[in-house]
Amino acid sequence: MTAPRLELKGVTKRYPGVVANNDVDLTVMPGEIHALLGENGAGKSTLVKFIYGVQRADAGWMKWEGREVEIPNPKAARDLGIGMVFQHFSLFDAMTVEENIALGISAELARGDLNSRIKEISASYGLPLEPDRYVHTLSVGERQRIEVVRCLLQSPKLLIMDEPTSVLTPQEVEELFKTLRRLSGEGVSILYISHKLQEIKELCHTATIMRMGEVVDDCDPAEETARSMAEMMMGKNLVSPERPEGIETGAPRLVVRNLTMESSDQHGVDLHGISFEVRSGEILGIAGIAGNGQTELLDALSGQVPVDDDDSIIIGGKTVGGAGPVERRAAGLSFVPEERLGHGAVPEMTLWENAFLSGATRKDLVKSGFIQIKKSSRYASEIVEKFKVKTPGVLNAAGSLSGGNLQKFIFGREILQDPSVIVVLQPTWGVDAGSAAAIRQSLLDLAAGGAAVLVISQDLEELFEVADQIAVICQGRLSRSWPPDEITVDEIGLLMAGVEADPRGAAHNGEAEGHAG
Amino acid sequence: MLVRLENRGEISKTMVYASPFIAVVLTLIAGVFLFALLGVNPVEAILSFFITPISTLDGFAELFVKGTPLVLIAVGLSFGFQANVWNIGAEGQLTVGALAGGGLALLFFESESLFLLPAMAAAGILGGMAWAAIPAFLKTRYNTNEILTSLMLVYVALLLLSYLIHGPWKDPEGQNFPESRLFPDAGILPVMIETTRMHVGWLFALAAVATGWILIARHVIGFQIRVTGMAPMAASFAGFKEKRIIWITLLMSGGAAGLAGMVEVSGPIQQIVPNISPGYGFTAIIVAFLGRLHPVGVLFAGLLMALTYLGGENAQIEMNLPNAVTGVFQGMLLFFLLAADVLIKYRVKFGGPKTAGAAEGAG
Repeated sequence: MTAPRLELKGVTKRYPGVVANNDVDLTVMPGEIHALLGENGAGKSTLVKFIYGVQRADAGWMKWEGREVEIPNPKAARDLGIGMVFQHFSLFDAMTVEENIALGISAELARGDLNSRIKEISASYGLPLEPDRYVHTLSVGERQRIEVVRCLLQSPKLLIMDEPTSVLTPQEVEELFKTLRRLSGEGVSILYISHKLQEIKELCHTATIMRMGEVVDDCDPAEETARSMAEMMMGKNLVSPERPEGIETGAPRLVVRNLTMESSDQHGVDLHGISFEVRSGEILGIAGIAGNGQTELLDALSGQVPVDDDDSIIIGGKTVGGAGPVERRAAGLSFVPEERLGHGAVPEMTLWENAFLSGATRKDLVKSGFIQIKKSSRYASEIVEKFKVKTPGVLNAAGSLSGGNLQKFIFGREILQDPSVIVVLQPTWGVDAGSAAAIRQSLLDLAAGGAAVLVISQDLEELFEVADQIAVICQGRLSRSWPPDEITVDEIGLLMAGVEADPRGAAHNGEAEGHAG
Repeated sequence: MLVRLENRGEISKTMVYASPFIAVVLTLIAGVFLFALLGVNPVEAILSFFITPISTLDGFAELFVKGTPLVLIAVGLSFGFQANVWNIGAEGQLTVGALAGGGLALLFFESESLFLLPAMAAAGILGGMAWAAIPAFLKTRYNTNEILTSLMLVYVALLLLSYLIHGPWKDPEGQNFPESRLFPDAGILPVMIETTRMHVGWLFALAAVATGWILIARHVIGFQIRVTGMAPMAASFAGFKEKRIIWITLLMSGGAAGLAGMVEVSGPIQQIVPNISPGYGFTAIIVAFLGRLHPVGVLFAGLLMALTYLGGENAQIEMNLPNAVTGVFQGMLLFFLLAADVLIKYRVKFGGPKTAGAAEGAG
């Protein structure tokens, strides 16, 4: 039997107040695609940072090809043959692909005819890339290819990929998987970090499952079902949301007509002529790759950035385009931004103060300019109780709650204000599966109660689970919408990638698929 | 050797409130060394600096005379600082407030009306507000930096003062000294304790503390200010208008500084002179931070800083020490306070990143 390429034993890492890794063992064989599976905060990233030399561990050792090693920094890791593609790319927008690659590799490698070597590698691994293009002109998928090619130039023996598909369309994911399988065939080991079960079943040979900083199990993904792996990951039985039957949609509650807005941020996305309507009792899902105008759309709909044309947004029959969040709440709107800490909630403030933050007017928590502390605390306690938020009490700071609990609190706060329209962005991003299920259920219940619900999300599974209509946003333009049973994941993927053609025609046309990237 | 600051993760609540006391103790210790270096008996010097000035009723009352403008200004500034609005120009707002309030006393120099003092107080507040309104307008309209504009306006205000007392407001019977005529009795703040200089201005300071405390803890305005400072995005989520907060905090701190200026000319000085304030507007910045931006903390910090003014004067008279000792003590106090705050948040580590114990034999 050959020696493992990488072996970790007893790796432990403590941060103030939290054990990120506790006695973690991991073995990766040559040529193996090994999944590291776990929810956000399970300790995957900490472990990988140790392997790549970004961070030291408090205890434990690491063997590389049978020899015990210590990796003080990422350069030492690269010298051994470890390459890593981070979730967040480190690229300079104003430089070309070749310049970016040259900056990230050793001086010896950067010498000579780098340009043709990039072309060679990108051609042989099916990663089309033009060395002379400027990075700011490239899509996210193309940018990821730069990082992959940069690693491949160094002929790695172990490639670490951190959540590589979170920014890709389904078609781009397929292309990436082809490349990874080919590398595996050549003997390169791949450590594939993800929480997407279907991908792991499809791609990986082995999976190590982590929960709360510890390894809970190793398994062969091919022999497991997505559900059984999810249960190992979460440690409890999953409850899928139930869709209440026989909901009748009523009058339009949120109407957007030809909404056009220039982004105030230099790197933001302008919105172009967005039109849609959401009826009472209906859930509209908007899919799209991050950075295609979702944040700007939420800003415009919530009134955090008012728009010039007052008629372009109508909430509950009132034109509110030029109004701010306070007026829009008065018209019946609630909204939940993507970022919990510092946007949806103030981390340093107590839960009751955070309940007051958006509920002040609708919950009547102000009396002649003064905050009614007792009433606010009762409201916060009601949220904690009804939405099963785990916290010692409403005097605790919002920042002390886990991501899932805080998100449940924020949703509870908005839902208990009985909105007639609710707009949410990435409702379950970075949230544990139990809380995610509770949040989705609460959206379904809200619609069942007659509210109009708009869910903007990158998570297609989520949209198929809750939405009555799905539309796609790409570069600030919104497609028409379809009921979930009339459109496939592939078709949505093409729209997400900006293929202009009618997806019904395009998906049945074999040629279109090749151009999806 | 490499020195690093490592985040402690959790911040101890006790230490946040203990740090001003730690800073005071360290300042005293450093003061002992400083005096020893200057060849002065340290014990005698510390006594002369911190104890003798308040050992008499006169001296004790003087503590409140000096504390009044510091507390008034610092309570106002602490609002802005909590919202990340940095009004550095309280000294200028104080000057304009003194000119507005004092100007009224000069205009009605034969008045005996009971309404003169309230009118002067109102004029002082409005004057300070008007001066602070300039940086507020520039920031909300043209996005200028309020630190620069408010600071530069201090010098404009001082020149305005200088022009008025060298020109139109000069006392006609003052033998050409650059001073205004004395205020009428109706324009002078009544003394609270006979034979001392302690005047009713101190009550203004106490009222400001009480109002400030209620506003920041219970009122919607205080809530909006705190959210804006801690999480600007959350303020936008809630629908608080950033420009409104900038206006409110600048007007509040300007008004408080303007009132302090009026109190100074109407209380201890009783006329308009070239030097109205020995830098109260700047010292109040230290007071605000030393008091943890909380009105009650500001009250005690203000009295402590007042003591450094008195101590400096006394040490100058008794021990022949330079007056700069006051500035040195104030500086040390701020330095130790900031250092203590950093160490509450971070711990100091020497050497590079710690090597994992088990991996030591490897390689």
